Amino acid sequence: MSDDKKPDAPSAEATTTDAVTPGELVETTTVGEPIKIAERKGMFGSSLGNDTSGYGGLNRPVFFPGTAGKPYGGYFDALTDALEVALARNGGSYEVAVERVVVDRGELTLFVPREQLPLVARTLRDEPTLRFEQCLSVSGVHYPQDTDRELHAVYHFVSITNGSKRVRVEVAVPDSDPHLPSIVETYPGVDWHERETWDMFGIIFDGHPALTRILMPDDWPGHPQRKDYPLGGIPVEYKGATVPPPSDRRSYK
Amino acid sequence: MTARTDAFGATTHDVDDDTPVLNAVGGDWDDLVDEATALHEERIVVNMGPQHPSTHGVLRLILELDGETVTEARAGIGYLHTGIEKNMEFRTWTQGVTFCTRMDYVMPLFNEAVYCLSVEKLLGITDQIPARAQAIRVLLMELNRITSHLVCLATGGMEMGATTVMTIGFRERERILRIFEAITGLRMNHAYIRPGGVASDLPAGTIDQVRENLPLVRKGIGELEALLNENPVLKGRMCDVGYLDLTGCMALGMTGPVLRATGLPHDLRKSDPYCGYETYDFEVPVRDTSDAYARYRLRVDEMYQSLRIVEQVIQRLDENPGPVMVEDKKIAWPAQLAVGSDGQGNSLDHIREIMGESMESLIHHFKLVTEGFRVPPGQAYAAIESPKGELGCHTVSDGGTRPYRAHFRDPSFNNLQAVAAMAEGGSVADVIVAVASIDPVMGGVDR
Repeated sequence: MSDDKKPDAPSAEATTTDAVTPGELVETTTVGEPIKIAERKGMFGSSLGNDTSGYGGLNRPVFFPGTAGKPYGGYFDALTDALEVALARNGGSYEVAVERVVVDRGELTLFVPREQLPLVARTLRDEPTLRFEQCLSVSGVHYPQDTDRELHAVYHFVSITNGSKRVRVEVAVPDSDPHLPSIVETYPGVDWHERETWDMFGIIFDGHPALTRILMPDDWPGHPQRKDYPLGGIPVEYKGATVPPPSDRRSYK
Repeated sequence: MTARTDAFGATTHDVDDDTPVLNAVGGDWDDLVDEATALHEERIVVNMGPQHPSTHGVLRLILELDGETVTEARAGIGYLHTGIEKNMEFRTWTQGVTFCTRMDYVMPLFNEAVYCLSVEKLLGITDQIPARAQAIRVLLMELNRITSHLVCLATGGMEMGATTVMTIGFRERERILRIFEAITGLRMNHAYIRPGGVASDLPAGTIDQVRENLPLVRKGIGELEALLNENPVLKGRMCDVGYLDLTGCMALGMTGPVLRATGLPHDLRKSDPYCGYETYDFEVPVRDTSDAYARYRLRVDEMYQSLRIVEQVIQRLDENPGPVMVEDKKIAWPAQLAVGSDGQGNSLDHIREIMGESMESLIHHFKLVTEGFRVPPGQAYAAIESPKGELGCHTVSDGGTRPYRAHFRDPSFNNLQAVAAMAEGGSVADVIVAVASIDPVMGGVDR
């Protein structure tokens, strides 16, 4: 990056590691086995089973990028090294806290066990060489076929001080025990994001100050963004009356 | 008391047994005040919204008042939740644009752009997007930034009772919406930016239209400035109102004008350039008083910078006739659509080819348009600097023709969390100014 791009490059650290431009594919030297996360059936993946393409019997595994080997490329090596040192100083361990590192499409993803998330989040924020000031969003993803890891919470962090560096932290929890420690204490800005993820996916963030529904009505049953939740077709109760879904309103359907 | 007669649950929650509760739903305010005075109970909880002219759509503010002072403020959202993210999982990657453009309807082109950047990252074609397509995106985004800021100032002014601000703001916005209509066919909800480029090239004459309108828009913004910058009434309403300093912004994940009004020049166009922003000459304006007035001045400054970028980009569009869609025929929309002499958006050459000449072309067209292209499995996050802050898009693909998951990090959603920090301790009238200075659009907040 040239100098004129950052009007106030805040620290020396920003210049010591070269940033990866967005979208640039970082070629890692060794990549582990791809992770099978689901199996797609049929051609179009119709949820109703009415695949008319003639390929309804197709079974194809879905492989997600596998574990990356060092060097990760770009600033990712410096970042993970700094995290390793800082975690050790804070009484944690990198081997325990980061179960898997994935480098894909120019982005670094750290898979973190749920009990380690608060420590990792705090370290990412407070360590001077990391300084991820903001947790931008919490996004849920539901992988119904990823046994015992059905619900994923995906956190995106940005470090403004160190030149807009980004890291993604992904935490997987089983559907049968969807508990995850909240990081509102460290990043107050994720309050609503965690509420949205609870609302849409049913991930329970332990320690959240007020984990209530945020987009859906307070008494709504179910979590709409889950894969087993249908699109539409849900009657809505409003002030004692039941409003049928649009597809059921017409007598000539 | 049942929930039917006590619609807001005021008597069932958080109330000590000896606290008198008055539940006002309509009726004469004076009667209520008399009753409250008789009970010597000063604490009043007011539901402002969701249907209120100054809450930017359907935002519900729950204010606890002590006289005229707000002691506690909470924002209730979700009244405009339309399930856009869920819907996108049931449509092809290209059709997703049509959904996400409807999220924050004041900045539709940013929604499209960030989604397309994310999909392109997943496809690994970020560096194959033609320069002309990138330039058109920049042109539209910067024009859209001006319209969004104008809406913010216009509605914000109207909420403070300044109708002239509203008329000037919407008059200037109209000039740009006419440009959008000429280019995309629609004034909002364009679905014009597509994965791989843009839907069609600029129609003839639009660059001239932009060139003609730029001085007029600049003059209009100047009019707003002359009216407002040193206006004592406006300064009285905005200075030191809605204060949120850098520490607060960092803690709450604030980005955009609210953050830059604290003095930090954080702009993704500079720090994390996309669509070729690193090749344009512009500055990131900052202010340092961290209040609503600073945010107003900052938005005006940003509009001038956007005009500066637009001037550079139309220069480049003149020089670069290149394609506007990625070359890969497995991704690019098959027809080269353009407005014909009949005023319709068909491509007669393409229709001749698929209907009369090549069976393979017809099959290819059919497959790509109905089924869509496949995206390799994985996930990607793209972020752009929208008029309201960092707009992020997290997309996950399972290798199919539809998004497995599309999540939008809407800046308004995040920034609305700061209402409590900005409004508590101020007066009721200041809540309106504080909310307007965040510039939330509920379509984006609730998605």
